Amino acid sequence: MLEMKNVNAGYGDLQVLFDVSLRVQPGECVALVGSNGAGKTSLLRIISGLLPIQSGTVTYEGKDLLSQPAHQRAMLGIAHIPQGRGICASLSVMDNLILGGYNKRAKPRRMENIEKSFEMFPRLKERRQQIAGSLSGGEQQMLAIARALIMEPSLLMLDEPSLGLAPIVVEEVFSTIGRICKTGMSVLIIEQNLIAALSIATRGYAIETGRVVLEGTSQELLNNESIKKAYLGI
Amino acid sequence: MSQGWLIGQSLLNGLTMGGIYALISVGLTLIFGVMKVINFAQGEFLMLGMYITLLMQRMTTFDPYYLVLPVAAGMFVIGMLVYRILIKPIIGRDGTSFIIVTMGLSYVMTTVVQLIFSPNSQSVHSAAAEVTVPIGSFNMAMPRLVACGVMLVAVLLVYFFLKKTDMGRAMRATSENIEVAQMLGIKTNNIFRLAFGLGITMAGITGLLLTPIYFVYPTVGAPFKTIAMACVVLGGLGNIGGTVIGGLLAGICEAFVGSYISFDLAPGSIYLILLIVLLVKPNGLFGKGARKA
Repeated sequence: MLEMKNVNAGYGDLQVLFDVSLRVQPGECVALVGSNGAGKTSLLRIISGLLPIQSGTVTYEGKDLLSQPAHQRAMLGIAHIPQGRGICASLSVMDNLILGGYNKRAKPRRMENIEKSFEMFPRLKERRQQIAGSLSGGEQQMLAIARALIMEPSLLMLDEPSLGLAPIVVEEVFSTIGRICKTGMSVLIIEQNLIAALSIATRGYAIETGRVVLEGTSQELLNNESIKKAYLGI
Repeated sequence: MSQGWLIGQSLLNGLTMGGIYALISVGLTLIFGVMKVINFAQGEFLMLGMYITLLMQRMTTFDPYYLVLPVAAGMFVIGMLVYRILIKPIIGRDGTSFIIVTMGLSYVMTTVVQLIFSPNSQSVHSAAAEVTVPIGSFNMAMPRLVACGVMLVAVLLVYFFLKKTDMGRAMRATSENIEVAQMLGIKTNNIFRLAFGLGITMAGITGLLLTPIYFVYPTVGAPFKTIAMACVVLGGLGNIGGTVIGGLLAGICEAFVGSYISFDLAPGSIYLILLIVLLVKPNGLFGKGARKA
């Protein structure tokens, strides 16, 4: 479904991704793990069209993704929840959700999808008139996920959904993402919380200083000695 | 003349002139709010609006007020064209490019208009210009009341557009975060073009409303440009409601200084008020400042 081959990319003279290849199959939940500055966020930005690449190919459902401008990719079914949640803080909760259905792909079923998201997150329904920036961190993350689902994506990308959230809220967020994975949507998730990420993902990639160093099923990654040493301290 | 009457009349004069300032300033703040850049040719677009009104009035002999729709439509198209030709290529560059381009554009516009129409002042005839409306014991010139009314309608329309329409929500999202807007499938480039077009239209309508009160000449826009900038900063950058208040405040301040101290000092008083407000509230009256959370 999503396939990246030999991608090199960077910012100006600074190259951050070296020869990265990665794929996401339909219905699969894939985790990207790696330390700060490994290039995980840049990878998602490439898929969203916010960062140009220097060489390599990126295809989505068989089509060349790189020829599509960023705003077109929502139409193709790619939803990206950036680091820090990316909600529009000055807009109301409802306006944020409505914007989820801005693209033509999801517009016809917009109200229906907003109703569904209210069933999934009753808190958002209570707070729909509130300014999104006044929500708690966990609620903002829920809003970001709800808005992404209203886009009716075929691939959902999440960048550090646990960032800045209390442990109990992180648990809730991950159980939500786990449920989304089970609906058959493809999910690509970046997470520093290795155990949480690999517990919902079926497969994972470990990235270090811009290179994919390890690839395998979640179980394989969790059992890998160098991963254990680097991330779990055991 | 009683003291009370002078205060009341000054207040009314100030509010109506403030309405005119508010309208051009809202255009400026709309462009700033969405694109984060200041249009240094805003006053010249006002001047252009005046000349278009003048031309249309000479051709049709209609009262300028009946020309508000064609002038607005013309200015909107001009705004979008200017965006396409001059602004789009510099989107994403630093703010300096935008200052240079719009500043340069303002000189070109003044000079070209001067070549075509000569630097002499011309006037646009309107039947409404001589009409005064008595409000209690006060007298108000009709053109100023109309200008204030049109400002209110225009601001309410923009407010409704931003709050209640899809395009308006997309504009607010773009103003907040371009990348997130793109991820949602918003064509931010079209949003920029629309915001620029609307901002220019407001300057043009302000120009039309000024024609019955002011002479039309190539540099007429310059003072309005700086006053508009003062009003925008006064109200808090990018805040439309704040800008309206800023415009009204500037008008009132100018009227009171004009009636009580000296007519010559009146325009300068706007900048004095600006200095005082910035001393107390560095982000303007309703500005949110740099905090982004």
